[in-house]
Amino acid sequence: MGDGAAGGGLIELRDLRKSYGRGEKAVQALDGLSLSVPAGSLYGLLGPNGSGKTTSLRILCTLLAPDSGSVRVAGVDALAQPRAVRRLLGYVAQEVAIDKILTGRELLRLQGDLHHLDGAVRNRRIAELVELLGMGEWIDRRCGGYSGGMRRRLDLASALLHRPRVLVLDEPTVGLDIESRAAIWTVLRQLRDGGTTVLLSSHYLEEVDALADRLAIIERGRVIAEGVPAALKQALGGDRVTLRVREFSDAEEASRVQRLLQGCAGVRQVVVNQSQGYSLNLVVEHEGVVEQLRRQLSEARLPVFALAQSRPSLDDVYLQATGRTLMDAELAVAGLRDPKAERKQSMR
Amino acid sequence: MTSANPSLEALSAEPSALAEISQETLALTRRLFVQLQRRPSTLVAGVLQPLIWLVLFGALFAKAPEGLLPEGMSYGRFLGAGVIVFTAFSGALNAGLPVMFDREFGFLNRLLVAPLRSRSSIVLASVLYITVMSLVQSLAIMATAALLGYGWPGGGGLLLVLVTLLLLVFAVTALSLGLAFALPGHIELIAVIFVANLPLLFASTALAPISFMPTWLGWLAAINPLTFAIEPIRAAYAGQLSLTAVVLEAPYGQLSAAGCLGVLAGLAVGLFLLIRPLLDRKLS
Repeated sequence: MGDGAAGGGLIELRDLRKSYGRGEKAVQALDGLSLSVPAGSLYGLLGPNGSGKTTSLRILCTLLAPDSGSVRVAGVDALAQPRAVRRLLGYVAQEVAIDKILTGRELLRLQGDLHHLDGAVRNRRIAELVELLGMGEWIDRRCGGYSGGMRRRLDLASALLHRPRVLVLDEPTVGLDIESRAAIWTVLRQLRDGGTTVLLSSHYLEEVDALADRLAIIERGRVIAEGVPAALKQALGGDRVTLRVREFSDAEEASRVQRLLQGCAGVRQVVVNQSQGYSLNLVVEHEGVVEQLRRQLSEARLPVFALAQSRPSLDDVYLQATGRTLMDAELAVAGLRDPKAERKQSMR
Repeated sequence: MTSANPSLEALSAEPSALAEISQETLALTRRLFVQLQRRPSTLVAGVLQPLIWLVLFGALFAKAPEGLLPEGMSYGRFLGAGVIVFTAFSGALNAGLPVMFDREFGFLNRLLVAPLRSRSSIVLASVLYITVMSLVQSLAIMATAALLGYGWPGGGGLLLVLVTLLLLVFAVTALSLGLAFALPGHIELIAVIFVANLPLLFASTALAPISFMPTWLGWLAAINPLTFAIEPIRAAYAGQLSLTAVVLEAPYGQLSAAGCLGVLAGLAVGLFLLIRPLLDRKLS
């Protein structure tokens, strides 16, 4: 209570700016990014690759200094008191850095010593985390032989060893097997229920949709939409309905039906989707409108080949906010990534 | 009631800096030794290479011309000091490699996200590790040289040898750590180590005395840090334990054992001061 003071959130990022490189090759990674993460929430940062998610998380975790802006965690200024903030945070980086030659247990012990835990406390917590993350069989083997999922679990364990108030995860389930993904999701929910504030970045819509209490959509280094997923979807308005009077209709018939439906109460928008065989895409106020539509259509003696209804998805939210689907955004940057430059950015 | 707790918490929240720094330094050093234990090839190669020098060069120059070496010293005995120093030198030159790999593979970032009391712990752990490793390697070479009949310094001599090696190892470790943070990757670091290693050996008094060298090489040898370590050790092996006695006849003048050690100490301190801003920047 009262931790975040003025801003209200446990994590307060204000007007962060950061660019990499100089002169003509400079890349603006963050362009006035602001974010407020409430205490105890499971917060999702959604955005395509290269939108600035990793950069903001690295700045939050004191690995990177912003060009300008402020970072506060539980009221502590991360730029002025980085060590105090490091104690509050657990960080699971995107690139899992482990020492292949150590066993999982040795790595966790090292981590415990870096957090100055007492030996007995450290060993007890390691035992708890091994149990929680289902690593019993692997913990005394060398990390070099771990699968991607097991590595990520080990990384999660090492980020949790000092019981941080805030857990920060950068794309925690990219490329993981389904079992590991489920295990990690379960642990993240448990942590949130136990009062830990969890901030994760992802470019998987389903992940953010399934996990997050709140989310921010990041595009080109700024937050362009923020809120509770359900509210964001609701704010878009109503349900989505796809109607086909016949399997393959024509322009004339489609526009006739369009005129008919546009007048109906509860119908907000009717768009003819030519590429889908002149089907009609409707935005309706609520579910009840659909029944009404059926009645109207049968009164007008129009056949109904298909009438499908869906809630607005996060993809619709994303589309509304950015003007393109997340899939399109991903494809647009897919060929532009430069692993060498990215490694250089993260290297000291 | 919780009113009494905050002050207690505040006390326990900041335990002594020394305790925290030693905990983190010890843990980081332990990691390096576990790596060494499971991948001992660096240690073995670091002993094997000088051993080969010792045997091959010892045999090659066993019949070195009369008058080449001072006071009828055998070539094996002469070479011994050079090879001991070379062992410590090339061991310490590798100090930067683990740090470079940690930079490249992101492990350093893991360390930097942790609330280390002092980030010097990372550097300190490397120095501790490489010092122990180079001294163990040097002692192994000394023992082998003794078995080959090239002599063994007495108790006082051993102390002088160890102090000399320690100073050299500190200086070279500073250099290597500086390179590990200045160079872009391990390929470049290994290239520098590879290029620096042998020329420094040949342009020192490890294999031949300055009197045997052409003038320009004599000058190079006389300013080569390895020479400042070799000559006091050679003197110690010859039973010369006085710090004030002349051990190096350089073109620019004579130097005592104390003088040589002074140069090495100055070099070590100078190099650590030189790399400090770089480390501060990279670890901040």
